[in-house]
Amino acid sequence: MNPQPRAPQALPEVGEEEIRPLIDRNLHLEGPLLPMLHDIQAAFGHIPETAVPMLAAALNLGRAEVHGVISFYHDFRKAPAGRHVLKICRAEACQSMGGEAMAERLLAQLGLDWHGTSADGRVTVEPVYCLGLCACAPAAMLDETLMGRASEARLMAAVEGAE
Amino acid sequence: MMKIYLSMDSAAKALGSEEVAAALSAALEARGETAEVIRVGSRGMVWLEPLLEIDRGQGREAWGPVAPEDVAGILAGEVESLGPTEEIPFFARQTRLTFARCGVIDPLSLPDYEAHGGLAGLRRAATMTGEAIIDEMKTSGLRGRGGAGFPTGIKWDTVRMAHADQKYIVCNADEGDSGTFADRMIMEGDPFCLIEGMAIAGLCTGATKGYVYTRSEYPDAVAVMREAIIRARAAGVLGDDVLGSGRAFDMEVRVGAGAYVCGEETSLLNSLEGKRGVVRAKPPLPALEGFLGKPTVVNNVISLATVPVIFEKGAQHFADFGLGRSRGTIPVQIAGNVKHGGLFETAFGMSLGDLVEEIGGGTASGRPVKAVQIGGPLGAYFGREKFDTPFGYEEFDGQGGLIGHAGVVVFDDSADMLGMARFAMEFCAVESCGKCTPCRIGAVRGVETLDRIKQGDGAAVELLTDLCETMKDGSLCALGGFTPYPVMSALEAFPEEFGMAKEAAE
Ligand SMILES: Cc1cc2nc3c(=O)[nH]c(=O)nc-3n(C[C@H](O)[C@H](O)[C@H](O)COP(=O)(O)O)c2cc1C
Ligand code: SF4
Ligand code: FES
Repeated sequence: MNPQPRAPQALPEVGEEEIRPLIDRNLHLEGPLLPMLHDIQAAFGHIPETAVPMLAAALNLGRAEVHGVISFYHDFRKAPAGRHVLKICRAEACQSMGGEAMAERLLAQLGLDWHGTSADGRVTVEPVYCLGLCACAPAAMLDETLMGRASEARLMAAVEGAE
Repeated sequence: MMKIYLSMDSAAKALGSEEVAAALSAALEARGETAEVIRVGSRGMVWLEPLLEIDRGQGREAWGPVAPEDVAGILAGEVESLGPTEEIPFFARQTRLTFARCGVIDPLSLPDYEAHGGLAGLRRAATMTGEAIIDEMKTSGLRGRGGAGFPTGIKWDTVRMAHADQKYIVCNADEGDSGTFADRMIMEGDPFCLIEGMAIAGLCTGATKGYVYTRSEYPDAVAVMREAIIRARAAGVLGDDVLGSGRAFDMEVRVGAGAYVCGEETSLLNSLEGKRGVVRAKPPLPALEGFLGKPTVVNNVISLATVPVIFEKGAQHFADFGLGRSRGTIPVQIAGNVKHGGLFETAFGMSLGDLVEEIGGGTASGRPVKAVQIGGPLGAYFGREKFDTPFGYEEFDGQGGLIGHAGVVVFDDSADMLGMARFAMEFCAVESCGKCTPCRIGAVRGVETLDRIKQGDGAAVELLTDLCETMKDGSLCALGGFTPYPVMSALEAFPEEFGMAKEAAE
């Protein structure tokens, strides 16, 4: 659904033997596909194309079905993001505190658009709709670190502080 | 020994509690002082986070918001406190039933949990028949806190009466509404409470397996819930023999993948099964054919986390609070451009204006309040003229609004209401599951139409009104069906911002 961020490098090769255990360890679950996809994305930063036929075979699904699931959810990527992902909240409570203007100033400083990745591959900036920090808006999340009452200076410092 | 309590709720962390924790250990060491430092959930006074509390034997005194450089002075007694935590007006005016322990206890200590009334409800329920549990639920008057306000006891009874080899309890923790964080707060601050509520639902209905479906945006809640489940299992609260009742119930946490619509219960079930999160047509009701086609209770976190206190204190105690057909308490989440933002649990019946102006203290910017949106992205905007509406399902409905998950987002007079209406349509377009045309296509048309209105095309207002009618009538679920609420309410309350004279809209 989202335009894919421009991959900073060619798609990395991921072998079947690396993916196999991530599928196998979830096979006993009821409704195992999302846990498998989360594990695969956590390991490789995206869902490698190699994984699709493997998932289809393991779960007795068509490849198109697996593709359909991957593309339905905003979280799953077909290509890796930058080394860090900055998610900025665009929902109403954050808008009420000037979040939208803050995000625009930050994107301008980084020379990026939503979903864009910086040229050095350091950061991908994405929209998110509510982080549950609506009483300390505007809010953002750099990887898994949350920031409330955010300002573009604080977000910029966090991005620059991340390797 | 001195006890120091420091919040580790996500909001506290986002405001620097971990830096405060580090400063605290350094300062204690420098002073050669020992203290028991207890990490707790949030008391819900988010504007005071990070909140630090010290108990020197005379009860808990509060400081906040605390910066790392304040800590040494606080320990030295040089910084004036806010007084006893529970006497801070925002806190003192609450009726805390569901959130009684949140911010008070170590979230992952089962002994603390029990010492504060935990497990009493489950122990009592374990001695009752399923039918008696249903009667208690019906007496309590509890209605679903996820949005629709459906009576929880009736839903459970449908599942209880269904014949099947397997039944499920699914907790809807996909809290995606802007302005809401009650589910997150209780999962991070009192996870055993949710576990206990789900176990009672299991014993009642004969369901032996539960799932908590939450969001990938809530990594802390996921971690705390998972750890709490492990501890509950080790203590025999979950497993083959729940508290020696001879009955089984176990549960696990599942994480969504960034789709708002997966909060809709049938979309959630599809997602849990590993499918695209497309909404299912009802009937069949999930209560009869839910997860993997089996009878399934789907309840919001707060609905389930309110069950233990109902069984601990008795249904009547709960039902004695409230207004009309809205019984008990509701955790109102006051958010957005507000001075005192946070979670305020109160009996139904308080007026919207009191919540915003008195409890919330008006805007954070200091400018006048212009409007509030209640109930998330599908909820209506209320201007000040509706501020005397009391908090209650029917009362809000009567004013053309909805309570939803009880989030209240405050806007000051700089808010651009046409822009907010446009955002509502845009959000619907981004998050639509794609199943029905009025939602999928209608929302895109809605954005275009609002752009035309903005450019001064007065005729487009009628188009917008018709479009909203079509979306209301022709959408399968409330994403397409309720997006007209924020749009039309903004138009009706602020017609001049849509290029219309005030009377014309009325
Ligand atoms: C688009 C959409 C999103 C929803 N999101 C949530 C949600 O995040 N959490 C929730 O509990 N209910 C949500 N609901 C309501 C659920 O469909 C369902 O009514 C609720 O989980 C039932 O639980 P309750 O009776 O305890 O409220 C949503 C509904 C719609 C249409
Ligand atoms: S209204 Fe929208 S989200 Fe709901 S079922 Fe239809 S297309 Fe899907
Ligand atoms: S609206 Fe931004 S964190 Fe909730």
